[in-house]
Amino acid sequence: MLKDKYKNEIDDILARYPVKRSALLPLLYMAQREQGYITEAAMQEIAGILRLTPPQVYETATFYTMLNLKPVGKFHLQVCKSLMCALVGSDTVIGWIGAKLGIKPGETTPDKLFTLSVVECLAACGTGPMMQVNDDYYERLTEEKLDRILADLRQTGTCSLKTGPFMWPEPSGAKS
Amino acid sequence: MPKYEPILLKNMLQPGYTGSLADYERAGGYQAIRKVLGKVSPADVTAVVIKSGLRGRGGAGFPTGVKWGFLPKDYQGPRYLCCNADESEPGTFKDRQLIERDPHQLLEGMLLACYAIGAASSYIYIRGEFVLGAKILEQAINDARAAGYVGKNIFGSNTSIDIWVHRGAGAYICGEETALLESLEGKRGLPRVKPPFPATHGLYNKPTVVNNVETLANLPHILNRGAEWFASIGSPPKSTGTRVFCVSGHVTRPGNYEVPMGITFRELIYEQAGGMRSDKKLKAFIPGGASAPFLTPDHLDVKLDFESVALAGSMLGSGGVTVMEEGTDMVWAALRLMEFFYHESCGKCSPCREGSSWLVQIMRRIVNKRGQMADLETLTDLCKNIAGRTVCAFGDAEVSPILSTLKHWRHEYVAMIHAAEAANLIRPEPVGTKH
Repeated sequence: MLKDKYKNEIDDILARYPVKRSALLPLLYMAQREQGYITEAAMQEIAGILRLTPPQVYETATFYTMLNLKPVGKFHLQVCKSLMCALVGSDTVIGWIGAKLGIKPGETTPDKLFTLSVVECLAACGTGPMMQVNDDYYERLTEEKLDRILADLRQTGTCSLKTGPFMWPEPSGAKS
Repeated sequence: MPKYEPILLKNMLQPGYTGSLADYERAGGYQAIRKVLGKVSPADVTAVVIKSGLRGRGGAGFPTGVKWGFLPKDYQGPRYLCCNADESEPGTFKDRQLIERDPHQLLEGMLLACYAIGAASSYIYIRGEFVLGAKILEQAINDARAAGYVGKNIFGSNTSIDIWVHRGAGAYICGEETALLESLEGKRGLPRVKPPFPATHGLYNKPTVVNNVETLANLPHILNRGAEWFASIGSPPKSTGTRVFCVSGHVTRPGNYEVPMGITFRELIYEQAGGMRSDKKLKAFIPGGASAPFLTPDHLDVKLDFESVALAGSMLGSGGVTVMEEGTDMVWAALRLMEFFYHESCGKCSPCREGSSWLVQIMRRIVNKRGQMADLETLTDLCKNIAGRTVCAFGDAEVSPILSTLKHWRHEYVAMIHAAEAANLIRPEPVGTKH
């Protein structure tokens, strides 16, 4: 139960809004963080906390693409395929991932480690092709970089190639 | 030295600048709010912003101070400020940089806006994918709160202003201001019918202002250096100040470039962004995000200000400039953008919901060499029946890639259809309404 485990955090979130329902997205995120996806039980509990009906929670949860109502792999690879990334090779990246992991968009590897999704614009158009893996952005992807990212994720669960505070072009102007 | 004086990117261009509270204050941060708080009346702050000519940087370009002025003067209840950080327009990635590299610049802008409109609570609605941006903002807010700059009685005054971060969850439409408010209220992000406008019936039905990140980040500079200074930059009187233009696509140096409004696309693309990445010539560009109609090399000398781009048949929009080289298949490009709009249509209005699905299917058919001449008429007809017939501007936006490519590169559509006819493969796929 979220309420027992995260009472303080929930109170803290509720205190930010004059109307309880505004806390719905933050609480759905909390449920997703807890189990990797949002279960029906979690939605019912959230409805209780916010004094909503379960369908009210469900109607909101089903609108937003970042809320997973089904389990996904430990690493959710989300490759942007919108025009700006496509101009600089995002379809090639999707092909590489498909070949390396043997999965098509929407599929998860049998070991439940990787899920591949093809998504729309993630606001990294100047540094495409790019993908988001869970919370992190990986930009200006090359096949070499992709190999390292996948290997590092398998081994350590993260990769140092992820983007920090974003700025492009970089301030030094060294890159061209 | 850069050719133009950067304003919004000035701090982050300094070597070693981290965007921390200490760094920001060392660079002269939080001086504008100190200068204003309790010394200049909110009405006068609004007057300065109106005089500066600052217009919204999110896409619509509405004068910011005028927007604030729409709030009812005599209303006693709560008012809200929402910062629109739902940057989702394909081709745009400026807000991300402004947030992650200089968060306090945005916070100071929000304090100024809150003071001007009399809001005690404000929310930053940031797109869900910007996890790092949300963390950086929360850290910045905590630091500012500890310093007494955010929260109760800020800077020792009797003004209290709170700022909260609210993460979206992956819906383009939540960048539309009324959809943003719905989403912030915990509902599906469906745009509201206007009027009433958010200025009178916004968040929780209270008077509300929604401003873009870049718009708010300009405020400290305007209050510090004066409306006349700001109004002298760019392309006065209607397009004042700088814009952070996001250049993407087939250029040598894609990225964010802050330049005064009014320089030409040629200068932005060939001087700032280093020109085309290879020997191939420029074939097409989008001047202001996916919603803006495509332009051709003939438009390279158009000025980057609201009026000039509108006159050229497109719009400056969010400032996302995407460049395409010779050899890019324009029908394919229009289909990619159409797929984006199809995916992101919220489903509230039938013309947009059904129309986007229909458009995608026809476009796919043409690209797969199964099209026929009648499809071109159907495309035009559909587009005309979507634009202007929806609750929000999404309907007008989604038809622009197809209508503009049909206008400038109709021969490419025709060639594909001729190829289909030659291959004798004309078997139109059934058109359904699956969404």
